[in-house]
Amino acid sequence: MPTFQLKVNGESKTVDVAADTPVLWVLRDHLDLVGTKYGCGIGQCGACTIHVDGTPLRSCSTTLSQVEGKSITTIEGLSEDGKHPVQEAWTEVDVPQCGYCQAGQIMTASAFLENNPNPTEEEIKNAMHGNICRCASYTRIRKAVAVAAEKMS
Amino acid sequence: MSTTSKTTFSRRAFMRTSTLAGGGMLIGFNLFQSCKPKVAPPIDLSQLDYNDFNAFIKIAANGAVTIFSPNPEIGQGVKTSMPMLIAEELDVAWKNVFVEQGKLDTENYVRQVAGGSQSIRFGWDALRQTGATAKRMLVNAAAARWGVDASECSVSEGVITNAAGETLGYGDVVNEAAVLEVPEEVTLKEPKDYNIIGKDAGNVDITKIITGKPLFGLDYKAEGMVYASVARPPAFGQKLVSFDATEAKKMPGVIDVVSIGEKGRAHMNGENRNWSVRLPDSDKVVVIAESTWQAMKAKKALKIVWEDNDLESTEQHNELLMGLLDGNKFNTMRSDGNVKKAFAEADEVLERTYESPFLPHNCLEPMNFYANVTDEKIHLVGPVQTPASAATTVADMLGRDVADIHLEMTRMGGGFGRRLYGDFVYEAAEISNLIRKPVKMVSSREDDMNTGVYRPAIKYRIKAAVKDGQITGYHLKEAAINSNMYGLIPNFFPAGAIENYQVDVASYDSNITTGAWRAPYTNFLAYAEQSFFDELAELMDTDKIQLRLDLLEKVKGTEDERIQYDPERMQNCIKTAVEKSGWGKKPEGVYQGFVNYYCHNTHVAQVADVEIENGNAVVKKITCVVDCGIVVNPLGAINQIEGGILDGIGHSMYGDFGFENGAPVANNFDGYRLIRMKEAPAIETHLIQNELSPTGLGEPTLPPVGGAIANAFKAATGNRLYEQPFSKKPELLKVPEKEILG
Repeated sequence: MPTFQLKVNGESKTVDVAADTPVLWVLRDHLDLVGTKYGCGIGQCGACTIHVDGTPLRSCSTTLSQVEGKSITTIEGLSEDGKHPVQEAWTEVDVPQCGYCQAGQIMTASAFLENNPNPTEEEIKNAMHGNICRCASYTRIRKAVAVAAEKMS
Repeated sequence: MSTTSKTTFSRRAFMRTSTLAGGGMLIGFNLFQSCKPKVAPPIDLSQLDYNDFNAFIKIAANGAVTIFSPNPEIGQGVKTSMPMLIAEELDVAWKNVFVEQGKLDTENYVRQVAGGSQSIRFGWDALRQTGATAKRMLVNAAAARWGVDASECSVSEGVITNAAGETLGYGDVVNEAAVLEVPEEVTLKEPKDYNIIGKDAGNVDITKIITGKPLFGLDYKAEGMVYASVARPPAFGQKLVSFDATEAKKMPGVIDVVSIGEKGRAHMNGENRNWSVRLPDSDKVVVIAESTWQAMKAKKALKIVWEDNDLESTEQHNELLMGLLDGNKFNTMRSDGNVKKAFAEADEVLERTYESPFLPHNCLEPMNFYANVTDEKIHLVGPVQTPASAATTVADMLGRDVADIHLEMTRMGGGFGRRLYGDFVYEAAEISNLIRKPVKMVSSREDDMNTGVYRPAIKYRIKAAVKDGQITGYHLKEAAINSNMYGLIPNFFPAGAIENYQVDVASYDSNITTGAWRAPYTNFLAYAEQSFFDELAELMDTDKIQLRLDLLEKVKGTEDERIQYDPERMQNCIKTAVEKSGWGKKPEGVYQGFVNYYCHNTHVAQVADVEIENGNAVVKKITCVVDCGIVVNPLGAINQIEGGILDGIGHSMYGDFGFENGAPVANNFDGYRLIRMKEAPAIETHLIQNELSPTGLGEPTLPPVGGAIANAFKAATGNRLYEQPFSKKPELLKVPEKEILG
């Protein structure tokens, strides 16, 4: 099997896997970074969202060749101590119910606010529309993104 | 229904204390009085045996308090709210309490289950009594050391103070307290003295969730663990004939390909059968690989021959269920007076039929479980709502003693009823038993959606008789796949309010597996009934609110014990919802729909606000009033209430799950639509304040909201909606052309 050099959360990693292995499963099964979640495998739910050079991507539908030489950030690497403004907002608003989708929600929100630090409510809704929360904690996600935006500005 | 009482039930029957080897006190207790512990809890925490107690409090010598929460956490918040009840009566600061998930007690426990919105309702007394008992022992120990009477001591946040102003922390006296007699009587606090109950408490797992720590079943790993992907029959009714794994076995990482099913079938045919689960007759083919992706990929390379038997379709179900409604093969669940006579004598009769599809649960964490079967023991780890029955079933399947089974519950990425059924636990156990390796069975989203345990498709036909401006008769007929409404549901409103009242049910036995789905039966029934009442009020030309209040008035003072909804509490919810929603006072362009409902012991009233955008009726806001008694954790309660409402709107609007040739038409989120951010309206919640014992919130706000939006859509468009999901007929959600032009 081919060897791939990856940069994950600032650390260099070497993995030995089939070239078609989605980044999601490399993170989860090979690098023990299980914070990135499997939800659908077809890029529909957003539970597997990671940042690649700052851009949010669905890791279930991203191949290794697409991320080689690029900088991958997962939920584990979003901040050193869970103190990213989005993470703090999630705690303040007490967003999660089951919590399974929330890593993906947080990764989508943090990438969005990086590009749009002062979003309107409509922009927040549009940005978060691609992430499914099966418990439907949408009202709190909306609120938490707005709280995070305030913290970041 | 006072919340405070001097409890006199035997502490010995449900509680034991002991000292810990490293210092401190351990209190083991059973949540429910029917549990009969046989031995004292161990003195070494590593020796904890959950076969005798299902929950523990540990008070360390340094005063730290750890509460092991017994019930499975599926997102309903009990891992936070149940320990809050203990901490309140123990009188410790909530911020100093650590909460851990308790393991399974397979022997004594009666309800280590997440389901039915019952955890808080059943735990209310026992959890508070346990906290109060521990506090009493700690105070007795301090009093003994000071040589004063315990009644002279007071406690605040884990610090005991005597009349002279001297203080001792819980940690200072915990070793002495542990050897004292367990008091036979404790007095619980008055609600006005609560410091923790009724105050917002954040999710105890929040930091782990937002930093991506391993919490869920899918995250669990063990040394030497392999992954299993299971090929189950793609259509209901199919059976495995043969398979060719030649190609799959050549693929990288593939360890083995095996078939399972025999053990599960033997269990289903045996005398210890777990009746809550029906496993398909067919064998299944299992790919074992070194990683999840390799297992999933190799499964697709299997060449499998399935034999077709009785492949069913939605079209066929629709005909069969309509046939049942038209026929006369019903079981009568409740019958008051004489509905036939009421209809014969009526001035007017309204009859309507309401239709709903199957629904998959779609927990975002797909079904999975870890099993390691060895000669010594069986280790099971994962997300399951019914750990006790899963363990006993695995023991029976594999011919093992239930004491060999060690089951650990992980946090669950959603449950919604799906994880009440342990089929995925049995599969994992059967696989590990066969290959004798630690294995994680992982379902793909497609596996999960296509081989589920669905909410059955149901149709209701409701008929009402009106005479002299009064509802004189009410006849509800249910036609459902596989099973019918149960328990007290036939006695919900309007039972007791209408003299001639009857509920009849019939079912068609399908080979599609069905089961509980968040708020079973009521999740569709509430919409049907509340739509019907809306239409009935229009037919009677009477006020929609007054009609409901008048009916409830007739239930007051009922001596019928089957009727458990409280007409006064319901009237109060209705009046509050009218006031808070601005019912009837909205500006032009805002159309409202009203519902009220009782299920899972909680009373709810809701108002939906709908507006027209680009010709389409759109839900903009839900006002929700809830009476669930004392609210233990308002922050968590409102999360549950809002989640239930949006889940209810999502499935009423979009949830469509049809079958063709025995197989589901949709198999992932591209073909099955779940509610998303832009479709989620604003929600305003009002909690009724009272001092009544608390009831659950995991389900009660979901059922009626479909009715609230349907009634508001009617107000906005003039169209009545008789079929879910509403999005199936988008033309009915539009304002008629002529009105836009006009």
